[in-house]
Amino acid sequence: MSEPVSQVRVELPFHLRNLAKVDGEVRLSVPEPVTIQAILDALEAAYPVLRGTIREHGTGKRRPLLRFFACAKDYSHEPADTRLPDAVASGKEPFLVVGAVAGG
Amino acid sequence: MSGVRVLVGTRKGAFILTSDDKRQDWKVDGPLFGGWEVYHMKGSPVDPNRIYASQSSSWFGQIIQRSDDGGKTWYAPGGEELPDPYGPPAGISNRFIYDTSDETGKPLTTHQWYDGTQHPWEFKRVWHLEPSLTDPDTVYAGVEDAALFRSTDGGKSWQELAGLRGHGSGEQWMPGAGGMCLHTIVLDPSNPNRIYVAISAAGAFRSDDGGQTWKPINRGLNSQFMTDPTAEVGHCVHRIDMHPSQPNVLFMQKHWDIMRSDDAGENWYEVSGNLPTDFGFPIQVHARDPNTIYVVPIKSDSEHFPPDGKLRVYRSRSGGNEWEPLTNGLPQSDCYVNILRDAMAVDRLDSCGVYFGTTGGQVYCSPDSGDHWYPIVRDLPPVVSVEVQTLS
Repeated sequence: MSEPVSQVRVELPFHLRNLAKVDGEVRLSVPEPVTIQAILDALEAAYPVLRGTIREHGTGKRRPLLRFFACAKDYSHEPADTRLPDAVASGKEPFLVVGAVAGG
Repeated sequence: MSGVRVLVGTRKGAFILTSDDKRQDWKVDGPLFGGWEVYHMKGSPVDPNRIYASQSSSWFGQIIQRSDDGGKTWYAPGGEELPDPYGPPAGISNRFIYDTSDETGKPLTTHQWYDGTQHPWEFKRVWHLEPSLTDPDTVYAGVEDAALFRSTDGGKSWQELAGLRGHGSGEQWMPGAGGMCLHTIVLDPSNPNRIYVAISAAGAFRSDDGGQTWKPINRGLNSQFMTDPTAEVGHCVHRIDMHPSQPNVLFMQKHWDIMRSDDAGENWYEVSGNLPTDFGFPIQVHARDPNTIYVVPIKSDSEHFPPDGKLRVYRSRSGGNEWEPLTNGLPQSDCYVNILRDAMAVDRLDSCGVYFGTTGGQVYCSPDSGDHWYPIVRDLPPVVSVEVQTLS
């Protein structure tokens, strides 16, 4: 029997949308439970060019100038295996990858 | 019909400038990779349609782009292969991981920081891409923090040549103002096993076995900012160039001083001669005359702009020491741009063209070896690199 899968929406910053050649939101099939890591694994599997652009190669750490949000909450500093709200798992709310505003 | 393709990397994207051999009328394409820093683009000497580009961002890291059609279309090699969507990430494109294994390198993980303490090696970006002289799928990458990587599959995957960082002096290397970068890679056309690299601020190094083992080649360099000005490593070399017909003759623009070696870097001597200042970044050898070299003097290490607001390229036709200013067509008042180390190049047409880009966004061309100059473009983002492909 196949494992349960959620349909998740992900919003990427402008430059990563360009790199992945996508318009608007990305829709991903993510195995449950839907965690930060599960979403990023699915995102990188679907768009290999994004590997290393959100999480560093080698360490897998979030790149320092990127942040993660969902349901108006900052998940940037939460552990990668943090389970995301049902609203994200159900596709009602998107998971946001946001570039930190640094001016210039 | 012959012509030239000028590859321009800037702080906000890349541009490709093309012209026929007259070099009067130009087509400007770009920006490519808009909004990203493009530190370097360079074409394969054996397949001019194969071009590699280093695209980077403080936000999103390093991307290697590749074109197989002369810059018309681009893709990230390795990123186009879609694995099983539920499998573990398998791609290794754009992956620059330092080799710290006992088997292939040495577990060297720290270098000297600005304050003299030891600091971990941290990958930041690719500064320079040097395609092989014989194989379009082989390309070298010089990176910050300083290390040399090589791809033999057209940029899909990268392996560090760890013998450079691990040769013994790595703990003494320190960053210059621009970071601790390996910015110069020179391949010897007469000896496929010989590679030169330069690092700020560590110095110049040479391998005679295809990059497996390395030795510092800094004898004769004198750097007053160092505790021991003639130490084996620690020098801030800005760029090295060589003419393919004289592979043992190297020219160096150091932090201060123009240097020359006639014995493949074993010994260096100063050829700054009558230059108004010998601080600068690029140094370039004429494509047809191995004794003609170009530099762009900058006022000082503290004031990175031309002396007196006059943008002057200096040319030596004698391999150094005697220099003449080249000013025809260049601004001679109120000019305070800089010319970065990879932002000068030459073409190989009968009348050698010389090109350079500025931090003010101009790309200048001289189709007659420097006698006359004009701007191809005036208002690009700050130019980081300029390379030229001569097309037949």
